[in-house]
Amino acid sequence: MAVVELKGVAKNYGGAHKNAKAANAVENFNLTTRDGEFIVLVGPSGCGKSTTMRMIAGLEANTDGEIRIDGRDVSQVAARDRDIAMVFQSYALYPHMTVYDNMAFALSLKKVPKPEIEQRVNDAASILDITHLLDRKPRALSGGQRQRVALGRAIVRDPQVFLMDEPLSNLDAMLRVDMRAEIIKLHRKLGVTTFYVTHDQTEAMTMGERIVVMRDGHIQQIDTPNALYHAPNNVFVAGFIGTPSMNFLKMTLGGDGKTLTGQTARMVASSERQSIEAHKGRDLMVGVRPEHLVLTTDEAAANLIKGEIDVVEPLGSVTMVQLEVDGHRITAQLEGDTSVRMGDAIMLTCDSARLHLFDAETEQALPRHEHRTETA
Amino acid sequence: MSNDAVANAGDTASHQGAKRHGPPVKRLMAPAVLFLMVWMIVPLAMTVYYAFENYNLMMPTMRGFAGLGNFEILLTDGTFWAALGHTLTLVMACLAITVSLGLVLALLFNKTFLGRGVARTLAISPFFVMPVVTGLLFKNMLLHPVYGIVSWAMRTLGFEPIDWFAHYPMFSVILMISWEWTPFALLILLTGLQSLPEDQIEAVRLDGASRLQEFRHIVIPHLGQVLYVVVMLESIFFLTSFAEIYATTSGGPGTATTNLPYYIYQNAFFQYDIGLSSAAAIAAVILANIFAFFLIRFVAGNLNAGGQR
Amino acid sequence: MEQKSSLGLAVIGWLVAIVMFFPILWMVLTALKTEQSAFSMVPEFVFTPTLESFKTALSQNAGYWHYAFNSLFTSVMSTLIGLALAIPAAYAMAFYPSKRTDFTLVWMVSTKFIPAVGVLIPIFLVYKTLGLIDNNWGLIALFVGMNLPIMVWMVYSYFKDVPKDIVEAAEIDGASTLATMFRVILPLALPGLASTGLLALILAWNESFWSLTMADHNAATLAAFIASFKSAEGLFWAKMSAASVMTVAPIIVLGWFAQKQMVRGLTFGAVK
Repeated sequence: MAVVELKGVAKNYGGAHKNAKAANAVENFNLTTRDGEFIVLVGPSGCGKSTTMRMIAGLEANTDGEIRIDGRDVSQVAARDRDIAMVFQSYALYPHMTVYDNMAFALSLKKVPKPEIEQRVNDAASILDITHLLDRKPRALSGGQRQRVALGRAIVRDPQVFLMDEPLSNLDAMLRVDMRAEIIKLHRKLGVTTFYVTHDQTEAMTMGERIVVMRDGHIQQIDTPNALYHAPNNVFVAGFIGTPSMNFLKMTLGGDGKTLTGQTARMVASSERQSIEAHKGRDLMVGVRPEHLVLTTDEAAANLIKGEIDVVEPLGSVTMVQLEVDGHRITAQLEGDTSVRMGDAIMLTCDSARLHLFDAETEQALPRHEHRTETA
Repeated sequence: MSNDAVANAGDTASHQGAKRHGPPVKRLMAPAVLFLMVWMIVPLAMTVYYAFENYNLMMPTMRGFAGLGNFEILLTDGTFWAALGHTLTLVMACLAITVSLGLVLALLFNKTFLGRGVARTLAISPFFVMPVVTGLLFKNMLLHPVYGIVSWAMRTLGFEPIDWFAHYPMFSVILMISWEWTPFALLILLTGLQSLPEDQIEAVRLDGASRLQEFRHIVIPHLGQVLYVVVMLESIFFLTSFAEIYATTSGGPGTATTNLPYYIYQNAFFQYDIGLSSAAAIAAVILANIFAFFLIRFVAGNLNAGGQR
Repeated sequence: MEQKSSLGLAVIGWLVAIVMFFPILWMVLTALKTEQSAFSMVPEFVFTPTLESFKTALSQNAGYWHYAFNSLFTSVMSTLIGLALAIPAAYAMAFYPSKRTDFTLVWMVSTKFIPAVGVLIPIFLVYKTLGLIDNNWGLIALFVGMNLPIMVWMVYSYFKDVPKDIVEAAEIDGASTLATMFRVILPLALPGLASTGLLALILAWNESFWSLTMADHNAATLAAFIASFKSAEGLFWAKMSAASVMTVAPIIVLGWFAQKQMVRGLTFGAVK
């Protein structure tokens, strides 16, 4: 168990790299974990989350900054000496070894006495409920079983840090939900500092104590799931976190610092925002989540979006509708029993407190005064 | 941050973390590289050197720089030109036969039929036969003008038996080499065919393509690369055919089947003319390189494609 | 309908197989005949088999075993030495590639395309000076040189097939380079190493150019043994066939097992 500190960590593949944009895979990554914290790195593919994890692992050298595990700078330490365990997306089990030998491998390299190895492997196996598989070879196991063995191989080591690189992405949807819960339970039980990489924001929201949202090698926001949902730092985070994605409308802020006018839509931003003065009379991106939009018949409502439904998706518990408003695609999540049809002209409204405002150029949020965000 | 790590950051694989503590890469490679240097590159350089020397083992006092003398003799030697011609005839004929026959057989063995595995295994066996054995087998038991089984078959069918190696020496050599190498083409083209994705065939069939169109537009383009490899590799081997000729015609009758390797062998081991045979060897190397150039480019291209997997 | 066409295919397929295999079959049949019936204007398809010719072939010249030992010794030793040189080189290139790796690999392949006659004369002269003519080790070195590019390439491609994740997992599990190599990579690549060895063995055993030019009696291999029947032509077909069968049979059988690997090795991994 340990505190992991990343200070100004960067990965630069150098000018020779074919893709100039990818040359800086990760830039200026700063994060300090609590002891035993569960950190999720999330972002679209190519955002640098895996590279960051591989730098922590020591599989890739950081070209700048320092990585400290329990206070020790490990930037120059080989992967084998960092005392970390990793669960790979492909599981990376040794195909020629039995499950037992897979789990015992690291301990036998460390010359741990045989009886102790046996004890530890058996303990780990029973925690993961794979005792009956110990004599099998990986190819004789199902995907879910391999996943458990991969976890077993990590926990048997009792390392300072766990790294998990998209460990669930090769499982089918049902199993993934089960394993998600299981990994969280395991983490609570063992209390080992864990980094977990995923591209799936649902996985990130359900598992992470804190989530690092990345894009193009840069940290966008580090926060708890709740904070990310309610106070995203910028348009990217706002759109990435939450399903379905947040709706955006380009609107002009009135001189009162509250009224927002689009081509047909209108809104009133109730709460005070930082730096609102500078934006008076200028364009803003206004975000509102689909689950916060409701049908209305009141044409005089302060917040009003009008449009014609072009897609209806009845999901039972809710009904999703899509419409085109002022050149933006708007999704609304309505009550399950709402009876709407394609072609219907509808009006939507929402609570002013649910509005998110972003600078149209920098795409940065105009945070509310009362909310103090924890930024990178 | 160490410069080393930065310098190595562009590498394809990502073992940089371990690189700083990695194995002595150069020392692991050195034995293999040195070996090839000593046994291939150094002798090749010496061949080039000898080609410009007056050097006959029978006339040890006559040594000295020859300039282009050896090449002059070579280029005015009718036998050399004949040998070059024979070499090219051999390569072209064997290529045409092995590749076309190999392709037909590959298509045949790509279909399922009873005992296909065993039949295929029998059909490729000639490739594993030692060339000297092939030579004696064809010269005697198969093509002997009196006692060969082919002569018997011709007599039985009412034809006059032929002394193949005397009257059609080049044809006979081509026949032998083709027998040995058709299995190679078959084997590689079959592997190529089997790697053709099933869904591509299904898609084109759903599009209503005829069997012929399917073959022309899907199978042949897919086999393109593989065909290329077969042609280039076989060229290299055919260019250096030796044992089959050694065991049967010894380059004859006359010089009818003397190819470049045999020409060099004779000049070196029977005329003891090191200079002249070295000059001929240079010609052989150049010829091989014309083919190798294209093949190596292909292999190198394949290497990069493979690296991205 | 489907049944019928597949029957037709079977007939054609088997016909092709028999035509291709016939020379080998005929050699085996001749080897089992007496000299008189082997040498007959009307070939005998039905006869009483005899092992007489094998017995005489075994004592021909210095005896089959002399040549067989040389063939076996040179091909096995050249294979082992080849593997010993190829494995470390391929390991370094596969797992610790640098900018020069591609060049080195391609350079190694390109040496394979230097025709043997291109280096024949200097090697002959140097060997003569060093007393390596008609010497097993002289031949072994040549066989290694001949096969090394193919072997490096094959081992390299088998190493490349080991998933990168597994190598990294071993690294994270605390395995040193040596431990990774011996406990993870080599066991995983073992089937590939075996087929590389098999291919090298076959190629060395069948090698005829160097065997015929660089060996006389002491180091003469089976290629030279068979070639010695060249002059006795027309006289002892049964014995020649028996000797040929003993030379070719083990390799054909090995070849049957190594079919797929031959493809990969001989095409430098371009066709798998």
